[in-house]
Amino acid sequence: MSSSSKETLSHLDWLEAEAIHILREVAGQCANPVLLFSGGKDSLCILRLAEKAFRPGRFPFPLMHIDTGHNYKEVVDFRDQRAAELGERLIVRSVEDSMQRGTVVLKSPDEPRNRHQSVTLLEAIEEFGFDCCIGGARRDEEKARAKERIMSFRDEFGQWDPKNQRPELWNLYNARSHKGENIRAFPISNWTEMDVWQYIERENLALPSIYFAHQRDVVMRGGAIVPVNVPLASGEVINQPKSGEEIINMQVRFRTVGDITCTAPVLSDADTVSKIVLETATTTITERGATRLDDQTSDASMEQRKKEGYF
Amino acid sequence: MTNTQTLNDSLLRFMTCGSVDDGKSTLIGRLLFDTKTILADTLTHIERTSKKRGLEAVDLSLLTDGLQAEREQGITIDVAYRYFSTGTRKYIIADAPGHEQYTRNMVTAASTANLAIILIDARKGVLTQTRRHSFLAHLVRIPHIVVAVNKMDLADYDQKVFDRIRADYLAFAEQIGLQREGHDIQFIPMSALNGDMIVDRGDAMPWYQGPTMLEILENAPPAHSEHAEPFRFPVQYVCRPQASDDLELHDFRGFMGRIESGEIAVGDAVTVLPSGLSSRVKAVMLGNEPLQRAITEQSVTLLLEDEIDTSRGDMIVKTGQAPEPVKQIEAMVCWLSETPLSPARTYVVRHTTRESKAKVNQIDYRIDVNSLEQLPSQGLAMNDIAKVTFKLAQPLMVDPYKTNRATGAFILIDESTNNTVGAGMII
Repeated sequence: MSSSSKETLSHLDWLEAEAIHILREVAGQCANPVLLFSGGKDSLCILRLAEKAFRPGRFPFPLMHIDTGHNYKEVVDFRDQRAAELGERLIVRSVEDSMQRGTVVLKSPDEPRNRHQSVTLLEAIEEFGFDCCIGGARRDEEKARAKERIMSFRDEFGQWDPKNQRPELWNLYNARSHKGENIRAFPISNWTEMDVWQYIERENLALPSIYFAHQRDVVMRGGAIVPVNVPLASGEVINQPKSGEEIINMQVRFRTVGDITCTAPVLSDADTVSKIVLETATTTITERGATRLDDQTSDASMEQRKKEGYF
Repeated sequence: MTNTQTLNDSLLRFMTCGSVDDGKSTLIGRLLFDTKTILADTLTHIERTSKKRGLEAVDLSLLTDGLQAEREQGITIDVAYRYFSTGTRKYIIADAPGHEQYTRNMVTAASTANLAIILIDARKGVLTQTRRHSFLAHLVRIPHIVVAVNKMDLADYDQKVFDRIRADYLAFAEQIGLQREGHDIQFIPMSALNGDMIVDRGDAMPWYQGPTMLEILENAPPAHSEHAEPFRFPVQYVCRPQASDDLELHDFRGFMGRIESGEIAVGDAVTVLPSGLSSRVKAVMLGNEPLQRAITEQSVTLLLEDEIDTSRGDMIVKTGQAPEPVKQIEAMVCWLSETPLSPARTYVVRHTTRESKAKVNQIDYRIDVNSLEQLPSQGLAMNDIAKVTFKLAQPLMVDPYKTNRATGAFILIDESTNNTVGAGMII
């Protein structure tokens, strides 16, 4: 009568199937979703998952990047190239526009702009009337994310209230929202950094060059490797060394890419994906511990930023 | 492309039931630590915190320390998900607080678990909370139960202690019909604090010949691997790219979804519910890649030979294996919301990808999760579990939860707040 199902999926196939299911639930439940796409490795995985979820059709959502204006040129170029290859619409909204509008005010010109992305994101959500933002956050990244829902509810101010989240059972997701409220959907919640690299390797995904080992001018600052004299697409050069700091040319790669002022590379000679998989398997430092200068301020800094509407 | 394998490189979802006092956090910390999931910077961090709190050894329970809001109150208010991998298997742990007032969190964690570790303090034996945890694991149909008798170091690693607790537990399991109804129960003595029988055997309990905790986990069957199940494919989304310029795609109608149970191959005869119209599978696709067949939990796109009007919320099944669409359901319901259930109100039932308005017909009884007594009840408050009958506005294609955890489950949504207020398991 009924068919036997003794076979089960490998762990990557299972994660892939779960993520596709989540993307399709967003498409089925939300009227106007958007996929946040930075050109980083996690969002590149999500693009591949979206291809598997919706081809031969078009994606049922545009792509959007909230640009701090301080992103690596290689990543920004790669972002544009990838969106063009897929033939999908890319929206870019910039923190610098929010600064001009006066909705983002920096304490000092060199203050990292990462946390200010929240303001620009909320402005973009309002501009386009998005009811759901799909993002690449993973629960293994940080303590405050371990309890994050796959469909995470944000109120009218974009705020995440850890005490007011919808219970999530089986694979029955509730992405309903009233006008003005917003759902953040995380299809790769259950993936680890290792899963991401293994998937990139299996799917043969192209990545921005700065993920691979390369020579770069850096200084050592507070135990972290800090890239200096980084040219932007605009021609401006940021991250000047402070006086007394010695510039070293080092072989490094980025484990995570984000705003230049708060993302540090790691020492590495891994210049292929398979070498990175190997390095990830044997590393002794967590992804954010090694590379995010903005999570180190306090135990609860991610939780704090999320409450303020950060992704 | 797709590798289907048994055990090797599979994925297991399990949950841990117990309170901080039972050493639950220490067990999870130990699993993460001994499988080398914990990296140096995290370890340095908890070493520093342990010292700050005046502890001599590293407190592994700090690894699962939660949100600031919880730390301030010294409690765990929510389900946390943790990950580790052994090279042969990836694990997702649902870590739920064990206290009675968090019944809803336990039910949430249990809903996706295929194995439950129920922790018992060796000094205390089978307690009310042990019975509550076991009842909930049973209610949510977690097939594999591991009773972990922890803190054996505080009971002189005495086999008699372990044997007595096992006998007590089995007597209770018999009462609620755990084994009779197909749950597999294993017992293990351990000390999470010292690491005995977690990943390493240690040398304190030579009298125990069974597998370590990690060996139990490594060999536990993954979900859907043990019984034949009928094919169930709720349609999530319909792909009709005819608007594009590609003429070849003009007639393309792909039904997208995840196989909740069973498997499907090109050529299989299928029926679309609730319409009852039949056709055959013309193609199975994963993105642009054609597959010959697909198995449980795979997300695919199905193309049918005949044009059948099908949309989100419909279900594709194999012809001859169709569940009967129903407009009334009886279910065990766990109430999740701070706002009590009001029998006068209309709720939305979401079952697979389908929704229907629902009204309470009657609350047959409520179950006291501690005494397991059936009590009469007029309404339901948060954490209550009850047998409820609902009338539905639209038919649902359901299976009994006992035979299918996907097509037997539903959630209840309050349309005024959009909150998920209840979880149901169809009888």
